[in-house]
Amino acid sequence: MFVSWATGLSGEVVDQVFFFILAITVFLLGLITFLMVYFVIRYRKKRNPQPSDIHGNIWLEIIWTIVPTLLVLAMFYYGLTGFNFLKKAPGDALKVKVIARQWSWLFEYENGVKSTELKVPVGKPVKLSLTSQDVIHGFYAPAFRIKQDVVPGMTNTLWFQPTGVGTFDVFCTQYCGLQHANMVTKIVVIPVDEFDQWIQKRGKEIEATKGKPGGAQLFHEKGCVACHSVDGTPRVGPTLKGLFGKEERVLIDGKEQTVIADEAFIRTYILKPNTYVVVGYPPIMPPQALTEDELTELVHYIKDLK
Amino acid sequence: MTQNGVLEKTYPAASFYDHQGKYRGILAWILSTDHKRIGLLYLGLILLFFSVAVFFGFLMRLKLIAPGFPLMKPQMYNAIFTLHGIIQIFLVVIPAIPAIFGNFFLPIQIGARDMAFPKINLLSWWLYASGAAIVFLSLFTAGGPIDTGWTFYAPYSLRTTVNVPLAVFGVFILGMSSILTGVNLVTTTHRLRAPGMSWFRLPLFVWGVYATAWVQILATPVIGITFALIMIERYFGIGVFDPAKGGDPLLYQHLFWIYSHPAVYIMILPAMGVVSEVIPVFSRKNIFGYKAIAFSSIAIASVGSLVWGHHMFVSGQSDFASVIFSLLTFLVAVPSAIKVFNWVATLYKGSIELKPPLLFALTFIFLFSIGGLTGLIQGALAVNMHLHDTYWVVGHFHYIIFGGMGFGFLAALHYWFPKMFGKMYDMKRTIGGWIILFIGFNILYFPMLILGWEGMPRRYYDYPPPFHTLHLISTIGSWILIAGLIWIFFNLIQGLRRGEKAEDNPWKGASLEWQIPSPPPTHNFEKIPIVGKGPYEFG
Repeated sequence: MFVSWATGLSGEVVDQVFFFILAITVFLLGLITFLMVYFVIRYRKKRNPQPSDIHGNIWLEIIWTIVPTLLVLAMFYYGLTGFNFLKKAPGDALKVKVIARQWSWLFEYENGVKSTELKVPVGKPVKLSLTSQDVIHGFYAPAFRIKQDVVPGMTNTLWFQPTGVGTFDVFCTQYCGLQHANMVTKIVVIPVDEFDQWIQKRGKEIEATKGKPGGAQLFHEKGCVACHSVDGTPRVGPTLKGLFGKEERVLIDGKEQTVIADEAFIRTYILKPNTYVVVGYPPIMPPQALTEDELTELVHYIKDLK
Repeated sequence: MTQNGVLEKTYPAASFYDHQGKYRGILAWILSTDHKRIGLLYLGLILLFFSVAVFFGFLMRLKLIAPGFPLMKPQMYNAIFTLHGIIQIFLVVIPAIPAIFGNFFLPIQIGARDMAFPKINLLSWWLYASGAAIVFLSLFTAGGPIDTGWTFYAPYSLRTTVNVPLAVFGVFILGMSSILTGVNLVTTTHRLRAPGMSWFRLPLFVWGVYATAWVQILATPVIGITFALIMIERYFGIGVFDPAKGGDPLLYQHLFWIYSHPAVYIMILPAMGVVSEVIPVFSRKNIFGYKAIAFSSIAIASVGSLVWGHHMFVSGQSDFASVIFSLLTFLVAVPSAIKVFNWVATLYKGSIELKPPLLFALTFIFLFSIGGLTGLIQGALAVNMHLHDTYWVVGHFHYIIFGGMGFGFLAALHYWFPKMFGKMYDMKRTIGGWIILFIGFNILYFPMLILGWEGMPRRYYDYPPPFHTLHLISTIGSWILIAGLIWIFFNLIQGLRRGEKAEDNPWKGASLEWQIPSPPPTHNFEKIPIVGKGPYEFG
């Protein structure tokens, strides 16, 4: 859902500062524009053929140095108080790890549950720890008025507290390549009991599989789904439906060849994506860190996509 | 020159166009060390590049006319917004006013016959042309057109398969050109002022260009080093910026913005200088607060060099750094505000003729004020978290760069056109073009401010349907704006071809360039003038 209206505590704080500064700036713009237009009309050559010989006025200079200085200091201070609030997460916040990669988001909760959407309970503060697996991304939830770059090699943090249930956009705001514009997901704010049920149910599922997610889940968690469909639609990358055993035209060191997409081919492609480049698609697949078990699961999943 | 500042015309006015030097034809231009010819060489290339970049901007807006509009593929869009930025920033906006009008008019305004280093001046142009050629060459070589955005952020710029090294090498060469131009302008201002041309008799355009030249000299080497490091990292794998190799991506951003923020002042200060020239002439009145305007240029250039971190409020730099950068950002607004107040006060009790140069100058004040005031809004730390990297920022900097520098450029062009070419354009038609341009400009860029406030991120080749209406309005605005530009430039070309011969001093200006023939003779002044009064004493 798209809204320009703010939600959450952060939304209220940012909007207050915004409208405070906006009011001052609109007034200043109005004043400058009015004077400019008025002078041009009032002192046009026809009406005022003889200009006055004025070189300046020291008192005016002092006034219009000091007053704007005080105004901007007030704006700075107001922005700073909002910033202090936005930067200090309460100690009891729900902690969620955010993993960004070209071109998808993954959210990991403390009990090991992973999700491609950020589900959170209403009324509770949420603290995000953000890391990137490749290039710089930006985590931006416009309705909450919050944003933080997600930088490889660094863990940045961000917090927010939803005040009402709903579904809210998350965009990537740091240009990260081809599918930057499609690196979007949702924040889903749900009632507290619903959230508790969900997280517990998912937690149990993980225990049942002893923390070993199946191929379908990995396909989502590792971000494959951002570029590859399983239903035959070509996206940024080719669809994986019916891939196994198919003949693929690929470029190897710039030479076009035909290969059979067997298990070895699929494994190599996942681990070292740009060994081959499927003809007609850009050579941009990022390598993924996978354990041997995960790789096996994923290859099985892809083999079964008939 | 007599005491009242009118030059005695005791020599035959052979214009610099008729000068017979060592070379003929095109060589008489591209090998000329005459600052006026070099200024016009820049004008030719810059207008060419400007039209290319405007075309790219047109394509971007057309792609965004509706969600999912199938004009081009994502990679194409990413390359086009990158090229639009690189060409506009590095090839057009940064050099435009200092290299064209600084070259042509700074020496004349201070009573000099040429720049301090005429051969270096020519070298600067050649470096500029070569750098531009390399940037364009990079589009057609291995990997294809660059897709990193004009900011070349690491580690993306280190990993993408397109031809980044050649493009940044081109920009590196452009940087050398900019540094040498800066050295020339500073030295000329210090060493070649005519007798009696004291610092406080300098036209304010000279102050603006002089302050800019210092920023060019001091800040540009940083971007050169940064791009050299990008090349080294790409070719030799030394981990300076890529965290996978032990580098630091925030270090890249610091180095990039240490230059690229002051670059904004390289763009805007000379335009402010133009406005300070135009307003007194068409108000027939001395500038209000000469020293305040002159010193505010220096204040903007110096404080403006310390605010780069406001591009990094959400990057993960320390909160303490963000607080300091925000404070300095707010303070740098004050000298800009002082300039605006002084300009408006200059109109007070003047005898005003709203001719095209003044119209463009006043439009500069209006649009630049919107750009500056939106800058205050996004400079507040709390609000920045929301607006950073959205269309708000895109709208903001187009108000500053196009609304400010662009309209300043048009003011300069219409102000000095009769002097540069010895011909006059049709002023009524200019006003018609201005109306179209002004309306188109605001329809194009104002919706971007609202889009950003609503959360539309920048550099998106597509967007969710709720953003459609404002994107559509903006795209329509781009057509109107382009129509206005075509009208205005067509009118100037008509003036060039069949305009009336311009008087030597059509606006009755008091600065030195108006006291010599239009177009100026090769050596500007037969005898170096002795200056006895300020540049805005119309008496």
